[in-house]
Amino acid sequence: MPAVTTAAEPQVTSVRREPLIKAVLTELARFSRRNTLAAMGGFVGAFIIFVALAAPLLAPRDPLKADFRRMNKPPDAQSLLGTDQVGRDTLSRVIYGARTSLFVAFSAVILGTTVGSLWGVACGYLRGRFDLYSQRIMEIMQAFPDLILAMAISMAIGTGLQAVIFAIAITRIPFGGRVIRSVALSVREMPYVEAGRASGGSALRIMTLHVLPQCIAPYLVLATTHLGVAIVIEAALGFLGVGVPPPTPTWGNMLADSITALVPPWWLAFFPGLAITVTVLAFNLLGDGIRDTLDPRLSPAFLRMMAGGRRS
Amino acid sequence: MKKYLARRAVYAVITLLGVSITIFVILRILPGDPLVAILGVEGHARMTPADRERIMADLGLSAPLPVQYGHWLSDIAAGQLGKSFFRGDTVAEQILHRGPISAEIAVLSLIVSWLVGLPVGILSAFKPNSWPDGIARALSVLFIAIPGFWLGMLIVLAMLFWFGYKAPIVIVHVWQSPWENLQIVIGPALVLGLAQGAYIARMSRSCLLEVIGEDFVRTARAKGLREGFVVMRHALPNALLPVITISGVLLGFVLGGSVAVEQAFGVPGLGRALVTAVIERDIIVVQNLVLLYAVIFVVVNVLVDLSYAWLDPRIRFS
Repeated sequence: MPAVTTAAEPQVTSVRREPLIKAVLTELARFSRRNTLAAMGGFVGAFIIFVALAAPLLAPRDPLKADFRRMNKPPDAQSLLGTDQVGRDTLSRVIYGARTSLFVAFSAVILGTTVGSLWGVACGYLRGRFDLYSQRIMEIMQAFPDLILAMAISMAIGTGLQAVIFAIAITRIPFGGRVIRSVALSVREMPYVEAGRASGGSALRIMTLHVLPQCIAPYLVLATTHLGVAIVIEAALGFLGVGVPPPTPTWGNMLADSITALVPPWWLAFFPGLAITVTVLAFNLLGDGIRDTLDPRLSPAFLRMMAGGRRS
Repeated sequence: MKKYLARRAVYAVITLLGVSITIFVILRILPGDPLVAILGVEGHARMTPADRERIMADLGLSAPLPVQYGHWLSDIAAGQLGKSFFRGDTVAEQILHRGPISAEIAVLSLIVSWLVGLPVGILSAFKPNSWPDGIARALSVLFIAIPGFWLGMLIVLAMLFWFGYKAPIVIVHVWQSPWENLQIVIGPALVLGLAQGAYIARMSRSCLLEVIGEDFVRTARAKGLREGFVVMRHALPNALLPVITISGVLLGFVLGGSVAVEQAFGVPGLGRALVTAVIERDIIVVQNLVLLYAVIFVVVNVLVDLSYAWLDPRIRFS
């Protein structure tokens, strides 16, 4: 299109002020039109978060209360998803399990990705020796399979909610570090950052005011894509008996309980696992959609390039 | 190329040294007193100080930490991996006895993942956004989300119902009875293989689509070659390199995942040994097994990088 036509009359003279809520809704509608799957994932994810928050209102029974008159009952009208070996209501435990799983996953991902991202910004901006050593340290952290590192850490610092969160968070640090480092590396060469340096801004000031804001989009993408992984690790730790200790209902603990029986009742093995799968699926789809929308730099092609950059 | 090899090897050795220090720090310094770690707080409180000292010396845990670390490394070099606190067998025996099962599972799952993932990926890329592509993508998204250990549990349950399946109690090695051995490893291998296959299908689809858009593919088409020939001979070899890389990265997923999947199937592999040791707080066993897993992961990724350099002349000659 020739530029002359636009020069005659300025296109945008004033930004129309819409109410914030309306603007957000329009944006959401556009997002879901383009990414139906991601929108569905987001919807299901929001529903699961709601279930977790409203657990005391939704659960038909106390998830910890044993009822020895109703043990190992298959699903019926009284307990929709059956009961376990000591007569606890499976539905209530699945609902409360969402609480534990989401709390652990959200805390671990936010903690790990934030630490990793800040570290990554420092590496990418400062470069030099600090970057070199940091890269080696992250390489060491990534040399462990996730689940095994989390197991070893939670064994060392004792099992418990905080220990599990901490253990999973540590496994997330190098991912945040690597991706955000590469973002910071490209941002630091931009003219406005150079201008900031030229006008005498300290490294800390430039990093927080100029580099960090550029990392928000990739940070969000990273955090959503790692939620699913964190949920699976938490469940696996619980399943292996080294996660959040019983009797706290978690999906992993419930699966672990179910296989202690000689013939595991199918409802005990099926529903908690289904909850994990649906939750992970929802967050993965949402994460893919957010990635496609916010940050094409995190597309598979880019990540491959990153992996290529690793082979130094 | 030689220089590249040497640098890669040096980095791997540095990483592994760092890994061993990390494990040592996690398991010796974080829990404070290792006896507390082994016996629990109550058990520790019940012992007399003399008892504590005797046991510590017995376990080789009373020397200063750097000395202990040095001992550990020299023991590894000598092939002596120490003994379990709670069982008679040495760690080396455990690895030799249970390791082959886990290794078989890992290798079989790798084969399954390529056998399933690659054809599916190629099929998807042939006709992007067609209905077979849609089904393939939906399945791969699903298999990425399903936790392997749960899928394993469901398979075991189904087999229990219909075939009276029982979890294997003893280890049967492939050289003892290939058929019985296969029955032990096939389940975990399939579960882990399908999950990896999902990633491979996804990766090979997107890489193929990317390569198919390039000039040399257009040239090949313009020459009048059949579409199948263009994809299989011209596009595929170029698209495979990143798929190989992702396969190496996925090994970490397999190593970690197999620990839980072995538990689900009740397969007495190395993963279960590790879980048992973690639950029993058997520090020496955990320390060596975790190191073993990390060593395998690092070495395989070095091999993947080398194969990459071998397959791609651009890397080899730069």
